Amino acid sequence: MVFSKKPFEYLFVVLVAFFSLTSNANSTNTIEVTKKGNTVENNSEMKVLSKDEKKDEERKEFIQHHLLDSHDFHIFSYGKNAEHNVGFPLPVILWDNGLHVFSSSKFEHGEKVAEDGGNYYKISHHDGKIYKTDSNGKITENTKGKIQNEKPLDFSITKSFFMIFIVSVLMFLLFAGLGKSYKKNGSIAKGVGRFFEPIIIYIRDEIAIPNIGEAHYRKYMSFLLTIFFFIWFSNIFGLTPLGVNITGNLAITGALALMTYFITTFTAKKYYWKHIFWMPGVPVLMKFVLAPIELLGTIIKPFSLMIRLYANMLAGHVVLMSLIALMYKADSVVGSPLAFLLSFVLTLLEVLVALLQAYIFTMLAALYFGAASEEHHHEEAH
Amino acid sequence: MEELFGHISLGLFILQTILFIALIFLLKKFAWKPILDAVNEREQGIKDALKSAENAKKEMQNLKSDNEKLLADARAERDAMLKEAREIKEKMINDAKAEATAAGEKMIEQAKAAIESEKNAAMADLKMQVSSLSLEIAEKVLRDELSNKDSQTKLVEKMVDDAKLN
Repeated sequence: MVFSKKPFEYLFVVLVAFFSLTSNANSTNTIEVTKKGNTVENNSEMKVLSKDEKKDEERKEFIQHHLLDSHDFHIFSYGKNAEHNVGFPLPVILWDNGLHVFSSSKFEHGEKVAEDGGNYYKISHHDGKIYKTDSNGKITENTKGKIQNEKPLDFSITKSFFMIFIVSVLMFLLFAGLGKSYKKNGSIAKGVGRFFEPIIIYIRDEIAIPNIGEAHYRKYMSFLLTIFFFIWFSNIFGLTPLGVNITGNLAITGALALMTYFITTFTAKKYYWKHIFWMPGVPVLMKFVLAPIELLGTIIKPFSLMIRLYANMLAGHVVLMSLIALMYKADSVVGSPLAFLLSFVLTLLEVLVALLQAYIFTMLAALYFGAASEEHHHEEAH
Repeated sequence: MEELFGHISLGLFILQTILFIALIFLLKKFAWKPILDAVNEREQGIKDALKSAENAKKEMQNLKSDNEKLLADARAERDAMLKEAREIKEKMINDAKAEATAAGEKMIEQAKAAIESEKNAAMADLKMQVSSLSLEIAEKVLRDELSNKDSQTKLVEKMVDDAKLN
């Protein structure tokens, strides 16, 4: 794979440039979010905590909130008590015996109860989801801390959906532009998309063809290319100071994994099913033992895809955010720069992980497709 | 575990699925298909170009060897022609020489024959003249001799002797 060095350099520069900004925003923002949240719900606990403990608690909660999806796009806050927020509300679309569409500004960052069409909704501080409440916004929890309120089906344009939409539009513009440039320039790529041409060829020659085979790889190429660039771009967006965590969301990775599962299952040839239900080359008794294991394996494979991507991205974000929080926690001449250095190095690593996870997901998907579309018989291979 | 999956938003899951499927089909039509087609076409073009270059090279080599063969043939032919010409020349010279010798010999022969015949003719002429002169002398002598008897008889005898000798 041939990479021009420059795009990565630019990326680093951008990341470094925004580092202080995000971290500043984080610290002030933390105070804002949790101060108000805590005063509302945990009034009694508040007094017990010392000032330092309170700050720790705030940081922890901020990290947790960053990892979750949200209904408004908050970029950063400034001011002494973080009273000025920079960001924009996103539309809320709920299905609750009829369609409810309203702006998330009604929630006022999760503090107020929103009313639409006679129903009352509130965002829980616990998991950032919208619950149906009474007009006072009362959220009841059971002994385990599970919220008992009714949860309407939430089709909102959340931060994550907003970002996957941005990623999709970006991908479309980029690759449709690249596709068009071939016709204009006589089969030679031109424009920004040119940088991605070697990667497309790499996916075809090193991922699709070796795993699926020359005969069948064509029909899977669209999916493989789309999923690779989608995951890669989403991961990279996750590293920007926009503070989005697209691929660290189980709904997203679950959707991607489920599509992989369906494509594998529906394009599977006879040989694939034979391998599952009646494994060739083993004793009859073993065939009965292997069948349920193999069948379970078909589900575990996409499940592992889902968890792998989710866990990798989530872990990266947690560690990165924790290190940024450590800068403020350390609050000294030695400790803070050290934490900064650590978070910087980790960001570089995350850039690699972003690409690596996209590669792994695509590679494994190709591997599963290859097993599904396999036709020739090789008894000794297993 | 329950908390983990409790965080899954079904709405986002459905939206993501729809958006992603739409993205796949849109990109397939507008991006992946033209890109892969163009790349394949280009690769095929490169392959073909390399192949034709190789073919051209081979053809060139063939042509070169053909030329060399032609040249060698021409040279051999020229040599053969030169050789033949030389042979013809020598043969002609030899023939001419032989002819000339033959003609010379023939002329000498003729000259010899002519000389012989001339000589014979001259001899005959000389003989004639000698005989006529002899006759004249004989006549004159006879006339003298016959003037007396003795001498006549002597003469006859002598003549008879002579004739016998002859």
